[in-house]
Amino acid sequence: MRIAALMAFVALPAASALGQVDLTGTWARSGQSDNVYAVEPVDLMGMPLNADGRAKALSYDIAALSATERQCQMYPPFYALTGPFPLQISLEQDPVTKKLLAWKIAPWGDRDATVIWMDGRPHPSQYAPHSHGGFTTGTWEGDTLTTFTTHFKLGDIKRHRGFSSDRATLTMRFNRHGDTLTVTGILEDSVYLATPYVLTEVFRLTTNPNGFPATACEPIEELARLHEDPTLAPSYLPGKHPALNEVTQKYNIPLEAVLGGPETMYPEYRKKLKDAYVLPPPVPAPRGGPGN
Amino acid sequence: MSRARVTVAAAGLLALCLCAGVDAQRPGGGGPPPPPPVPRAAAPIDLTGYWVSVVTQDWRWRMVTPRKGDYEGIPLTPEGRTMADTWDPAKDEAAGEQCRSYGAPSSLYVPGRLHITWADDHTLKVETDAGTQTRLLRFGDEKAPAETPRTWQGVSVAQWQTPRPNVPLVLRPTERTADAPGVVPTGGSLRVVTTNLRAGYLRKNGVPYSENAVLTEYFDLYKRPNGEELLTVTTVVEDPQYLRTPRLVAPVFKKEPNGAKWDPTPCSSQW
Repeated sequence: MRIAALMAFVALPAASALGQVDLTGTWARSGQSDNVYAVEPVDLMGMPLNADGRAKALSYDIAALSATERQCQMYPPFYALTGPFPLQISLEQDPVTKKLLAWKIAPWGDRDATVIWMDGRPHPSQYAPHSHGGFTTGTWEGDTLTTFTTHFKLGDIKRHRGFSSDRATLTMRFNRHGDTLTVTGILEDSVYLATPYVLTEVFRLTTNPNGFPATACEPIEELARLHEDPTLAPSYLPGKHPALNEVTQKYNIPLEAVLGGPETMYPEYRKKLKDAYVLPPPVPAPRGGPGN
Repeated sequence: MSRARVTVAAAGLLALCLCAGVDAQRPGGGGPPPPPPVPRAAAPIDLTGYWVSVVTQDWRWRMVTPRKGDYEGIPLTPEGRTMADTWDPAKDEAAGEQCRSYGAPSSLYVPGRLHITWADDHTLKVETDAGTQTRLLRFGDEKAPAETPRTWQGVSVAQWQTPRPNVPLVLRPTERTADAPGVVPTGGSLRVVTTNLRAGYLRKNGVPYSENAVLTEYFDLYKRPNGEELLTVTTVVEDPQYLRTPRLVAPVFKKEPNGAKWDPTPCSSQW
């Protein structure tokens, strides 16, 4: 019996220890894409929204977040890609064997923790309650960690731009190359998306994780008119969003493209724009934005 | 002999057997190891085929020519900003430099299609239909001879990166339930380092990189459960002259069944 156990121990590494890299540490996002950064409230460019997703996005008034009950509403897990903060990844070990039980991406003030279970446990029933962080499992494919998240709540796809429903799922791929970590996210949502939404973000390992927010959210009275009229629900009626044409006016990009949709995500659409597009005047100084 | 000694001896014998088993698999039984397979045969992933850009991010910097001075997101040095502010597409066109935004550091960022094939057993060929560029990714330690002319696509050295054979105990997952899928011992990625570049643009509107820029790329594949294949290319551009920190982006491509939508178009500095 004891010999058999020992033989299994000797043979085990060859069977189970293929690939797998250490993801622990604090990973600062490059912030060089528009995942996080957008000035105009109606900027849905590149998002494969369906008609319902577009209508939902255009009805949204950011003032809704000032309602006391919404101030501490968290973003869905996709916000790991579209939020402004670093990823702080740690591991949870089995208390006895010390083997990897789960990876954990620490929460921010407005994003719940993501616990990536690696022990093969099943996802909950479709009727199980949803949380802000959802339920996530992971598997290794060579040196790539693939995660799958379900059971998260409705929330912003990007900051205040587009929504995913509580039926959405998220697949993420973690590829570490030295001190560079590339995360590819694939958001699928039959309610608000016509096709999967694929985004990437590149992170660098940092030993100086400045500005990592760990404070709890505390609701306060932000908007007097909400307090005076508790029935007020900030939102826009169809076609009434005041910033609908802002991107078009600023960048000469047709409204059709500003409102997203899968047909706008491919090179053919660029060719369609070629004859109609007029280069806008140079950017007036001073200029800002991430990376500058 | 005590039971403990029997156990230790059995374990040692087992380890020897495992090692001997590996050795016996070599041709000739203990002779010199066979030469490593050529890169084409050793490929841990198959990058060949037609791929289309999926432009879900940086749309207004990629799908249209951004306005002059729009270098948001790119960590330019003051010299880089000054250079970007001098962008003159008509002048580039007149000078025959209309391919400045199709060089290797930005060619995969331009919306279009890739056609990846093996040029020979040691060289992957990456063609783009946008700008009709061709990159040759050569495996090995090749370095460009001193007098090699600089080109838009530079000289690229490729290397397969395969999963390590073993990992520290703490990173091994705990035993999984019987019906859970096991670890898949496949996969890998392609690392490519490109130098000897001709100076060009990171963005169509004249955001510069210098001829001393070094481009490092990692090609990672993902075959989704529905059969769809995605390619993520992590792109790191280092250029101390024009960039304070490396330029980091990761464009995504989707595999297409054939080249029916392949549409070669020449370089353009205006569009």
